[in-house]
Amino acid sequence: MPRMCSWRRAAVVAAVVVGFAGPAVSGQQAAPPAPDIAALQATIEQLRQQLDALERKVAALQSAPPTGVQPAASTPAPAAPVAAAEPAPVAPALAAPGGDSGPVPVYGNTSAASKIFNPDMAVIGNFVGSAGRNAVAPLPALSLNEAEVSFQAVVDPYARADFFLAASPDGLEVEEGFLTFPTLPGGLLVKVGKLKAQFGKVNTLHAHTLPWVDEPLPMKNLLGGDEGLNDAGVSVSRLIPNSVMFLEATGEVYNGDNGVFTSQKRSDLTYVGRLRGYRDLTEGTNLDLGTSFAFGHNDTRPDATTRLFGVDATIRYRPLRRAIYKRFLGRTELFWSRRDTATLDDQADAFGAYVSGDYQFARRWFAGGRYDWSDRAEDPTRRDTSGSVLLTYWPSEFSQIRGQFRRTAYAEGVDANEVLFQFLFSIGAHGAHSF
Amino acid sequence: MKRLTVLAALAAAACVLGARPAAAALTVVTTTSDLAAIVTEVGGDKVTVTSLAKGYQDPHFVEAKPSFVLLLNKAQLLVVVGKELEIGWLPPLVTQSRNPRIQPGAEGYLDASQGARILDLPSGAVTRAMGDVHPEGNPHYWLDPENGGRIARSIAAKLAQLDAPNAATYKQREEDFERRLTAAVQRWKAQLAPYKGLEVITYHRSWTNFADAFGLNVIGFVEPKPGIPPTPQHTLDVINAMKAEKVKLILVEPYFDLKTPNSIASNTGGKVLVMTPSVGGVPAAGDYFKLFDYDVALLLTAIKETAAK
Repeated sequence: MPRMCSWRRAAVVAAVVVGFAGPAVSGQQAAPPAPDIAALQATIEQLRQQLDALERKVAALQSAPPTGVQPAASTPAPAAPVAAAEPAPVAPALAAPGGDSGPVPVYGNTSAASKIFNPDMAVIGNFVGSAGRNAVAPLPALSLNEAEVSFQAVVDPYARADFFLAASPDGLEVEEGFLTFPTLPGGLLVKVGKLKAQFGKVNTLHAHTLPWVDEPLPMKNLLGGDEGLNDAGVSVSRLIPNSVMFLEATGEVYNGDNGVFTSQKRSDLTYVGRLRGYRDLTEGTNLDLGTSFAFGHNDTRPDATTRLFGVDATIRYRPLRRAIYKRFLGRTELFWSRRDTATLDDQADAFGAYVSGDYQFARRWFAGGRYDWSDRAEDPTRRDTSGSVLLTYWPSEFSQIRGQFRRTAYAEGVDANEVLFQFLFSIGAHGAHSF
Repeated sequence: MKRLTVLAALAAAACVLGARPAAAALTVVTTTSDLAAIVTEVGGDKVTVTSLAKGYQDPHFVEAKPSFVLLLNKAQLLVVVGKELEIGWLPPLVTQSRNPRIQPGAEGYLDASQGARILDLPSGAVTRAMGDVHPEGNPHYWLDPENGGRIARSIAAKLAQLDAPNAATYKQREEDFERRLTAAVQRWKAQLAPYKGLEVITYHRSWTNFADAFGLNVIGFVEPKPGIPPTPQHTLDVINAMKAEKVKLILVEPYFDLKTPNSIASNTGGKVLVMTPSVGGVPAAGDYFKLFDYDVALLLTAIKETAAK
């Protein structure tokens, strides 16, 4: 069967060829078919061209002015994802922390990746000078009255923390250091820590946000001076829903040892309550009213107490179209201190108040005036009275220079005419202040 | 017993009726009017939107009024411009809002700059000697209409996340918005195409994205540095630069004083244009489209007027 035979032969030949060809092909790597080389060379050439193009682009971007001459991308297809449409060029060293483009910014320290969790830090210098004669309460001629250091950050998904340390010629103290819980149910805002009590307006403000170099007399005579009503405690506040205005009620409990009150035993706590109402009169004018109450113990005899009452009113005007050029803030606060005295059934009622106006008349200039008077808490028969005029200059948002002429008639029968001046300067990221 | 049942039924009815409006529309608060306009485009009647800042207000210097706390307290979504534009006023408002939904990082907080194309990213050291710089880049990015589309996409995704039953509506409205926007962008670009490379002066660095989108070339600023008011020497430099380069147009935001720009214009034969950087900056700029319609038309008129001189 020749046919059969030739078929078988062919099969054997095929098997042998396959058997040899296998190893032969694998051993022939040094000599691939010519078309593959051409394809590879073409690919390499293509990549090289792309690389050159990219290098040119980078060079162009680096030398481009900041206004940007990047070619405006053609309108992206509506459904295309943003990242694919065009990756925005990002300066790697300054990409937003936590962003997905470029490394996290590290300034100087190679192991500083954890810096992104550092709190916002700032230092505010408050340099005060004074000239003139004051026999009763003289200020130093020149002093760095306070350096306020702030650390502010979010603690976790439930709370944020704010620390304000004040270094003054008397030493370093924690001016405020508290935890805020902004995500509580029931519309509550709770703060825990050392706080400036929500009593009136000036008491809640840091020295660098006051519109004057000094504090008005009632603060010194009735609210414990520089320290003020500032203590370790808990503050709970809630909005009272209504259709007329912003209404906020605050209740606070403090340890009881502070500028105003004295705690002789653990149960001698200080209680503070405040009701604040606010309403926009027009888009640029608003009215802010408040009434405050504080209760605590004093040191004249066991169980002697002091009650403080306060009312405050603020009117603000700031036209929206000219917000950086013009504004007015008028404010008045009235204080009443009712204090148990050493003699049983006798109470000392002391009053104090101030009226103040601050007017911005140019982008960098403010003029202001203040009239203030106050009885002294321990001896209400003595009343100090003072008047001031002020001029403030803002080189930028981060510094200000202020001059204040102050005339004070002290209860001792002494008059003092003084010129106070102040340099305020801020570095770092200081959080915005509440209104 | 019967009375109790009636009371319970009434209470239940009150609950249902009371809950109804809340379910009907999502309450959105935005920091600026531009974001509010885009939210309206995407959300339609499924959302109620309020902007904290007015269009004619400098968005860097908004007052943290307690009335804003009331708005934020009820918000289900807060949309911010980001890039530190609102850093001077928004954070205390959000803390005081007593609203867990809109705290940064929560579901109801949207930073619209994510996804947008950001310009003016500083390279090298950033210090305040450079003025009030924004280390994260120029926050006036909504003035590139193509960024408007990107913002709309972020907003649509967020609205769909918060209000899943209406996700399809948001998607459809967003796509429709982008379609109309793409057509409008082509129109605006075509109108300004003959003047590509036109050199202008601007007051603040608000117009980087606008200039980039429409081919303007900003050669200087009335402010010597961001946030620093004009100085006599710098004003003189600007006048000289304008004369040398034959620049005629000075673009000014509605919240800046016109004294210095006007004096520059009178010294150079130029023209001051009070362009609106935001929706609502002028009554005519009532939505995101009309914003660019207004600014482009103003620019075209001024180009023709100054070229005629």
